[in-house]
Amino acid sequence: MSVREQILAKVRANQPIDERPLPDLTAFPVRTSEVLDQFMTVLSTIGGKPVRVKNHAEIEAYLQENPYPGRIISSIPALQHPAEPIPENADPHELENVELAIITGTFGVAENSAIWVTEANYQQRAVPFICQHLAIVLPADAIVANMHQAYERLQGQEYGFGVFIAGPSKTADIEQSLVLGAHGARTMTVFLM
Amino acid sequence: MSTKPKHPELSERFNADEPRVDWHDATLWWIRQKRDKAAHTLYEDWESLRNTASAIKDNVLGNLADYLESFERQATANGAIVHWAADATEHNQIVLSLLQQAGANRMVKSKSMLTEECHLNEYLAENGIEVVDTDLGERIVQLADEPPSHIVMPCIHWKKEEIGELFHQHLGTPKGNADPQLLTEAARQHLRDKFLSRRVALTGVNFAVAETGEFVVCTNEGNADMGVHLADVHIACMGIEKIIPRREHLGVFLRLLARSATGQPITTYSSHFKSPRAGAQMHIVLVDNGRSQQLGREAFRNSLKCIRCGACMNTCPVYRRSGGHSYHNAVAGPIGAILAPNLDMTKNADLPFASTLCGSCSNVCPVKINIHEQLYEWRQELTRQGKVDFGKKMGLKMMSTVLSSPMVYRSMGKMGRWTMRVIPGMVSNSFNPWFKQREMPEPPKESFRDWYLKNRS
Repeated sequence: MSVREQILAKVRANQPIDERPLPDLTAFPVRTSEVLDQFMTVLSTIGGKPVRVKNHAEIEAYLQENPYPGRIISSIPALQHPAEPIPENADPHELENVELAIITGTFGVAENSAIWVTEANYQQRAVPFICQHLAIVLPADAIVANMHQAYERLQGQEYGFGVFIAGPSKTADIEQSLVLGAHGARTMTVFLM
Repeated sequence: MSTKPKHPELSERFNADEPRVDWHDATLWWIRQKRDKAAHTLYEDWESLRNTASAIKDNVLGNLADYLESFERQATANGAIVHWAADATEHNQIVLSLLQQAGANRMVKSKSMLTEECHLNEYLAENGIEVVDTDLGERIVQLADEPPSHIVMPCIHWKKEEIGELFHQHLGTPKGNADPQLLTEAARQHLRDKFLSRRVALTGVNFAVAETGEFVVCTNEGNADMGVHLADVHIACMGIEKIIPRREHLGVFLRLLARSATGQPITTYSSHFKSPRAGAQMHIVLVDNGRSQQLGREAFRNSLKCIRCGACMNTCPVYRRSGGHSYHNAVAGPIGAILAPNLDMTKNADLPFASTLCGSCSNVCPVKINIHEQLYEWRQELTRQGKVDFGKKMGLKMMSTVLSSPMVYRSMGKMGRWTMRVIPGMVSNSFNPWFKQREMPEPPKESFRDWYLKNRS
């Protein structure tokens, strides 16, 4: 017997045989309708920065007022003026010097301000982690209340890599002092459009 | 019998520095309070989330073999390569062979308690492989040549001044500087170089989904992702109990995990790995190492529901005052004390006794493991198996004689109170373990029974 078969045989022999049905997840009702407000409040408390904008021009104006000195990349064609496109099929190491990456988010979650992004949003998996600063453009009406609703949206979705991102990279490993900017992005700005 | 120091002796060492114990205790209690606050913000859902999570895990334990097969099938279809390891040795050999196949003699690793359990770093070092732990806390204890003392906060026992000195020696930070911001920045620069230059990245796994073959890794720092997305080879190591049936169940567990661990609403990154990046490899190592055996122990199988949040440690009055290293096991605290005897009853027979059985661990557990009941069950099992040392056994026998006879109990009580009053030196001495680190209580003049008999009318 192979190791695999041995393990499976042992598990089968030892696992309990009583009926153990899966619980119903619909028992978690949505508790709030103020999802956008909650999303913005939670995002601020976890170190992110919500910015309301009407269109891409306002994002451009914001970036002029709050400049990021250095390389800016974006997957959003409308932002190709301040940013260069994200190079497809490039070696991810080549992104090492990115100061700001601007990508689109699919939807946000009000209870924890996590934003779902997949590689379809930004071509290169390393982008939202390797950049010094991250900005995500999120439709203001694409906010769900909680994680159950989030996974309802993800039902049957195909992706090779997807990630919920909630705020900037952080650590509290040194005496529980919160420090933003551990290994990933030092700041996270969310443009709610 | 192994001669390695046991929990009482290791705790005594930790307790030698009283202010440090107080600080450690207060820090962990603060994290426990953050957990409470986070749980209370979801007060309408919290208990049903715990019940639901526990029920999902019940279903997993009852159908684990099928779920493992389904996960393997899906993951393989997604382009991952699945390996099976019966024990720690096989796990370590698989990882080494993958490194050799990749022609790599160094790699980055994000947090994985399983690899701690398997002593992977030591094994790879013996085989000429350099491993860099990339979680900040893990990097700190690695530089100090120590194991983590907590599964979520590996260097919770370190003071910032000590980390400053460690970084001064290893990373060249200014001597005497203990600013967390500066030290974190130094680690960021130091590890960024590692991320950019390593071709193999190993990660742990928080949840693996049987339905889709994807797995989820949660970090706050982004170190797992920095490692994986810049490497050619991703090795993900997981215990076979990490399986959950469907993707939608992640909603339940991700709501519970970070809130229970640190009081955050969710970790910064919850990364869902389904297929390898174009041109890269993804390996998944499924490890048994005693889990299938624990599954067969009816009284203890629920310990396999654990999602490694660490809440039971933060709340434990013993862990907070004895430190993670006193458990001499990869997973410390109450959950470690019910997992460890399954791995080695002789070596870990002391751990289920490192508890007051107060039950706080069970009360905070997000998947409702009956931890304190299992600690009690293990004590009985270990005694039956002859793993409990002679002194403890005799003590318990004597106690049983005293407590089962009212007459003996009353006369012993009288004798005890008299002794403590008249010759306190008989009990307040270093031979009495109850006198260590504490004062003996003032003995009452009469027992409650005597008082009651006098006053009951």
